[in-house]
Amino acid sequence: MSGAAPYERRLLLRDRGGLLRKLWRIPWSFVLLLAALASIGYVALYSAGGGPEPYATKHALRFGFGLVLMLSLALVDIRLIARLAWAGYALGLGLLVLVLLHGNVGKGAQRWIDIGPLQLQPSELMKIMLALALAAWFRRAGRERMGNPLFLLPPALLVLAPVGLILKQPNLGTGLITAMIGGAVFFAAGARLWQFALALGAAGIAAPIAYAHLHDYQRARITTFLDPESDPLGAGYNIIQSKIALGSGGIWGRGFLQGTQGHLNFLPEKQTDFIFTMIAEEFGLVGSLATLALLVLAIGFCFLTAFRCRHAFGRLLAVGLGTNLFLYVFVNIAMVTGAIPVGGVPLPLISHGGSAMLTTMLGFGLLLSVHVHRDVEFAPAGEGYR
Amino acid sequence: MSLLPPGRREETERRRLFTRRAAALGLGQLGLLGFLGARLWRLQAEEGERYRTLAEENRISARLLPPPRGRVLDRNGEVVAGNRLNWRALLVAEQAQDVGATLDAFSRLLPLQEHERARIERELRRHRRFVPVTVRDFLSWEEMAQVEVNAPDLPGILIDVGTTRLYPEGEHLAHIVGYVAPPAERDMDGDPLLALPGIRIGRAGIERFHETALRGRAGAVQLEVNALGRVIRELDRQEGVAGQEVSISIDAGLQRAVHTRIEAGTSVVVLDARNGEVLAMASQPSFDPSLFEAGVSARQWRDWTRDRATPLINKATNGLYAPGSTFKMVVALAGLEARTIAPTDRIHCPGHLDLGDTRFHCWRRQGHGSLDLRGALKQSCDVYFYELARRTGIDRIAAMANRFGLGVDLGIELPGAKRGLVPTRAWRQAQGKAWNPGDTVVHGIGQGFYQITPLQLATMAARLATGRAVQPHLTRSLGGQAMPGGRPEDWPPLGIAERDLKLVREGMWAVVNEGGGTALGARLPGQFGVMAGKTGSVQVRRVSREQRERGFRVERQPREWRPHALFVAFAPYDAPVYAVSVVVEHGMSGAGAAAPLAREVMVEAFTRLRTPPLPPPAPSSGPRVAEAGAGGKR
Repeated sequence: MSGAAPYERRLLLRDRGGLLRKLWRIPWSFVLLLAALASIGYVALYSAGGGPEPYATKHALRFGFGLVLMLSLALVDIRLIARLAWAGYALGLGLLVLVLLHGNVGKGAQRWIDIGPLQLQPSELMKIMLALALAAWFRRAGRERMGNPLFLLPPALLVLAPVGLILKQPNLGTGLITAMIGGAVFFAAGARLWQFALALGAAGIAAPIAYAHLHDYQRARITTFLDPESDPLGAGYNIIQSKIALGSGGIWGRGFLQGTQGHLNFLPEKQTDFIFTMIAEEFGLVGSLATLALLVLAIGFCFLTAFRCRHAFGRLLAVGLGTNLFLYVFVNIAMVTGAIPVGGVPLPLISHGGSAMLTTMLGFGLLLSVHVHRDVEFAPAGEGYR
Repeated sequence: MSLLPPGRREETERRRLFTRRAAALGLGQLGLLGFLGARLWRLQAEEGERYRTLAEENRISARLLPPPRGRVLDRNGEVVAGNRLNWRALLVAEQAQDVGATLDAFSRLLPLQEHERARIERELRRHRRFVPVTVRDFLSWEEMAQVEVNAPDLPGILIDVGTTRLYPEGEHLAHIVGYVAPPAERDMDGDPLLALPGIRIGRAGIERFHETALRGRAGAVQLEVNALGRVIRELDRQEGVAGQEVSISIDAGLQRAVHTRIEAGTSVVVLDARNGEVLAMASQPSFDPSLFEAGVSARQWRDWTRDRATPLINKATNGLYAPGSTFKMVVALAGLEARTIAPTDRIHCPGHLDLGDTRFHCWRRQGHGSLDLRGALKQSCDVYFYELARRTGIDRIAAMANRFGLGVDLGIELPGAKRGLVPTRAWRQAQGKAWNPGDTVVHGIGQGFYQITPLQLATMAARLATGRAVQPHLTRSLGGQAMPGGRPEDWPPLGIAERDLKLVREGMWAVVNEGGGTALGARLPGQFGVMAGKTGSVQVRRVSREQRERGFRVERQPREWRPHALFVAFAPYDAPVYAVSVVVEHGMSGAGAAAPLAREVMVEAFTRLRTPPLPPPAPSSGPRVAEAGAGGKR
C-alpha cells in the first residue's frame, strides 16, 4: 500500500473486502419497490402501445440497464461521490450551456441534446447535480455559518446559475422545480426562515421586471403555462381529456386495454406525461391510488435514508433526491388531474423515455450509496478536503 | 478519530435541526400527495359517472346519412331529374392543424380561386369546428385520386362521395322541374339534414313544390371515433328514408319537341283536357337548371335578370296577358246564361259601336253585317261582343271567367304561379275609381285590365271542351301513390247548360274548319281529327284616334309595340283529348302566328300519343298504385 495513494483510490480500495457486506446493506426491499413501479409502467405502456411494442419492451430494457447503473453506484463510496460532486455540477452546467447553443428545439424550447442514440435533457441531470453540489457545500455548515449571508451567497449562485439557464430555454416549469430542489436543501441544511423570506421577496420583485423584458412570444408561453384555458385547443384540451379519462375510470377501472380515452387517442402524449391517466382509466381509483402509494413509499424511503444517515452530506443529498422525486410525482399527477397547469414532467419509472429513466436511476443509485454508506465517517478537514 | 466535545455538541444540534426540518419537509410533501389522493378520489369515485358519460360522448360521434333525393319521372318513366355520383373535398377545421396551411397545400394540387377561398373561410366561420365544409365540389375521378394520394399533406381534408342533381332534359323542362341549390340561412327549417355539406334543396318548380317528399329523411349512424375523428367502428345505424319518386304528367318527348320549336317570347301549354294533366308547358327562352347546383355566379345572375326576354320566368304560368278575342267564349256563355242574348239573336255590325261620344271599332273596319253568336265567334266580330258585354254587365262576365279558371289560383304545383286578374266593379271601386260603361264594352273583347296566364287560357279551353272544372296539375304519383285527379270523374261539372257549351264549341269549330273562320289555315290534317279553337290578337299599346286617322299600320311599329298573338284550341272536336294555348308575344295576329303553331303542336301530340291512357274508373276507396314507370305506351 502506497502512502502516496490518492484519497480517492484509497476510498475505492479499502472496502474491497467489504463488497459482500455492501451488497448485504443494499435495501433489496426498496429495489423490489422500484421493480414494482417499473412493472406498473410496463403494463401501462403495454396498453398505451397496444402491445409490447413500441413502448413496453424498451421500458423494461431501460429499467434493467438502469438497475445495473443504480446498483453499481450504490457500491461507490459516498465520500468519493462527495469528492466528485463539483465535477458533476460543472458537467451539468456545461451541458445546459451546450443545449442552449446546440440543443434541439421541442415545443418551442431548447431542451435536449443528442448523445449518440440517447437524447439527454441536461435540465433533468442538473437537478441531481445541484443536490449533490449543495450537499457538498453544506456538509460542514454549522449554525453560525448558516447565519452568515456571505456563506450562503455561493450556494445561492449554485442554484441561480442553472435555474437561469433553464429559464432561458425557456422552460419555466423545470426552472421552478430546480429552484425548489435548491430551496429544499437550503431548508434542510438549516437556512434561517427570514433568509427564505428575503429570497422570495427578491424573486417577487425581479419577476415583473424580467417579464417586462420578455418578447411577446415568450410572454404568450408563460400565460399559456399559467392559464391553459386561454389556449383551449392546446393545453386546455389536454387537461379536459385527461380529466375525462381519469374520471371515467371510476373505482375499478374500465379494464386492461379497455380505456377508450387512451386507445382512441383522446389522451395526448399518453405514453409520457399522461401515462398516469392510462393507469387511472383502465385500473380505476384502486390502480391510481396503489400507484400513488408506491411512489409515496419511494419518497418516504428517501427521507428514511436521510434520517438514518450519520453524515450531513448523505442526509442533505437524500433530502434533495427525495424532494426531486416528490416534485416529479406531485407535478405530474397534479397536472393530469388538472390541479396545476401543464408542466411537461414525466412520472418516474412509469413514463416512457430513456433520458428520464437514466436520470431517475442515477438519482436512486446515489440514494442507495448514501444508504449503503450511511455510517461511514468523512475525513476531518485537511485530509483530501479543502 | 477524535471530535472535540463542543464539535460533538454542535453536530448533535445540527442533526436535531436537520431532523426537524426534514420532517417538516417530508410531512409537507406527504400532505400535498394526500391532496392528490383526495383529488383522485373526487374525480374517480365521486364524479366518475359524469366523466364516464363524457368519455362516451367523446367516443361516439353521430353522423347523418343524407338520403338520396327522390327522382322526378315523366309520364313515360323517363327520368327528368335524377342523381349522379360525384366527389367533393371537405375540410373539417377541427382536424386541421392550420386551416390556412391545409388550404394552401390543397391549392397547390387543385388551384382555388380567390372567391372560392373567401367562401370557404366564410363558411368555416359560420359553422362549428367539427362541421365539414365543402372545399371543392364536382371533383373528377382524377382530381379525387390526386387529393386522396396526397392525404397526409392535407390534414383535415376528406373526400366525400355525394350526388349531383342531373337534369337530362336541361332547359327544356327547367321551368317545370325547377332546380336545386344549396340552402340559405332562411331555408333552415330545423331539419338537421340541411346542415350537411352538399345538401341541395328545391328552389323552383316541382323540385321546390315537392321538396319535403323529394328530400326524404336523414338516417343516422353512430360511430366510434378516435381523437382525430377517424372512424374506428360503427356502433349503430338507422337507415334514412330515401326521397320519394315523383311522377309528373309531362311527356318529355312532346315537351322537347314543343320547346325546341318555339321562339323567344312564346309560350305553349298542352293539357289533357279530360283530367287537366299538363302534358307540355314550354316557355322560351329558358335556362340550364344545372347551373344552380354549384351556385350561380353573380355575372350569370345579372345576365339572366337583365335579359328582357326573362329566361328565368315561366311565361306559361307567370306571363300575364290580356286574353283578347280568346275571351269571347266566356262573354258568350255569360250572355247565354244571363239570357241577355239567345243563340239565334242577331246583332248588326257596322264596323263600330258608339257609346256616348266614344266610338269602339271592330277589327274589320267595314263591319260584319248581321251576325248570330256562331258567326260572331267564327269571324271574331268585336261589335257583337261589345254589345253583348254591354247587355250582360262586367260582373257576370267576370264570374263566368272565374268559372273557367281565369283570374283564379289554379293550384298548379309551380310555386309563384300568377293568379292573374279579372276585373269587377268592386275591384275598380277598391282602387277608388268608378267603372264606366265604356270599360265593360272594351272588356267584352278581352281587352282592358285583364291579366291572364297561358296556363289559364289552356284551362279555359279544357273546360270549354269537357264542361268539367278540370284543374291543371303535374303530379301523377308521389312515391308510387297515385294522386287524385287522374280520372275525368274526379272533376265536377261546371254547371253550364250543355246546350250553351255546344253552341260555343260549334263557333270554335267554325273558326278553324269553316269558310270565313279566322283560323281556317290551322285545320288539322284529316287523320288527326278535328280541332276547334279561337284566335286572339291583343294590342299592347293604345292606338289613338289621330294615329288611326293617319293610317296606322301595326306592321310598321317597332317589335315591342306590335300586338301579341294568341290561340286556344281543343281536339278532337267530338271527343276532346288535348287542350292547347299558344301565346306569341308581338306575333301580330293570332291567326297568323299562334294558330299555325297550335296546329303543329296538336299534330305532334297526336303523332306521339293518339289518346293518353286514363286511369281506370275505380270508384272504390283506398289508394291505387300508379302506373308510373310503365312507359312505352306510345
